[in-house]
Amino acid sequence: MNVVVMGCGRLGARIAGILDKEGHAVTILDVNESAFRRLPEGFKGRRQVGNGMDARTLERAGIEQADAFLALTQGDNRNYFASQLAREVYGVQRVLCRVYDPLREEIFRDLGLETFSPTSFGAQIMVDMLSKEPARR
Amino acid sequence: MYIIVAGGGKVGFHLAEELLAQHHEVLVIEREPGRAGQVREELAGNVMTGDACEATNLDAAGVSRADLVAAVTGDDEDNLVICDIARYRGVRRTIARINNPRNELLFQKRGIETTISATQAVLAQIEQELPTQMVIPLLQLHSGLELVEIKLPDTSPVVGRSVREVLLPAESLISLIVDPGGVPRMPSGDTRLAAGDALVVVSRKETLDILKEQLIGSTHGLDT
Repeated sequence: MNVVVMGCGRLGARIAGILDKEGHAVTILDVNESAFRRLPEGFKGRRQVGNGMDARTLERAGIEQADAFLALTQGDNRNYFASQLAREVYGVQRVLCRVYDPLREEIFRDLGLETFSPTSFGAQIMVDMLSKEPARR
Repeated sequence: MYIIVAGGGKVGFHLAEELLAQHHEVLVIEREPGRAGQVREELAGNVMTGDACEATNLDAAGVSRADLVAAVTGDDEDNLVICDIARYRGVRRTIARINNPRNELLFQKRGIETTISATQAVLAQIEQELPTQMVIPLLQLHSGLELVEIKLPDTSPVVGRSVREVLLPAESLISLIVDPGGVPRMPSGDTRLAAGDALVVVSRKETLDILKEQLIGSTHGLDT
């Protein structure tokens, strides 16, 4: 699978590393070159400095041949914009979009994106944890 | 009409001012508290402090009863989110300001029909005006003098005359003539002016209108 990942933060770097290890062709984008230091050792994918909201950057990253696009920057709106660009303009089949704001996540999902909110997901997990016995003492 | 203006920068502020003058009900949503306070003072209310990208803020603004939402922030991604959420909440008409003309396609694909790109508008204006514009300002000189380029149309009253015969405003000087073939000449009093010549003229700012009238003709530009 050809995957383009936008945002090389902790999550982006981790996902890119896992996909790379599984044998997928990964291109990771970030506006700061220094962000690529988060990538695991031996990462074989492509690193590209640039803004994923810019059509030319996406094209250079191979968005036209991509099977999946993951929007993982810190900005919900940036992620939404780039995801819609990948989906609507470049016809990428799988587009996953991280959205911190739970309310916006619901709306973005209704607007056709596959979304993931670490806020609501994390909250739910922690509430569930509290309702159970501690895993270890 | 009830119109929500998202973004209280220069564009949003002046837009709201005009809409209020036209007796529309207007609410500006501005994220930055300092700026929001400024706009509130100038517009006598009609301002909400908050991020228009947050659905709760749009709801508090009564977005569902808005006839129009104009997203005019300086960030294209924010404008897209604002328009999409507004339409999701049932607003029929959304207008987006686009800062990067390349983003226009995405807004179209999302069904946001009316997009305003200042960059695009200025570009179009330049393309439209350059070939026909008769007086092109080149350079501001010291003490109120200006260097302009004037292209002589066929209808110019000075075509066929020598430079000596042309009556110019005080302190004006034809300093260079570029003929239609692109060849520059230093004009003398005997140089004859031809249609299509580009004249580089030094003139006083205040007399530019007179200069234009004398070199191009008074009716030019009125018949468009």
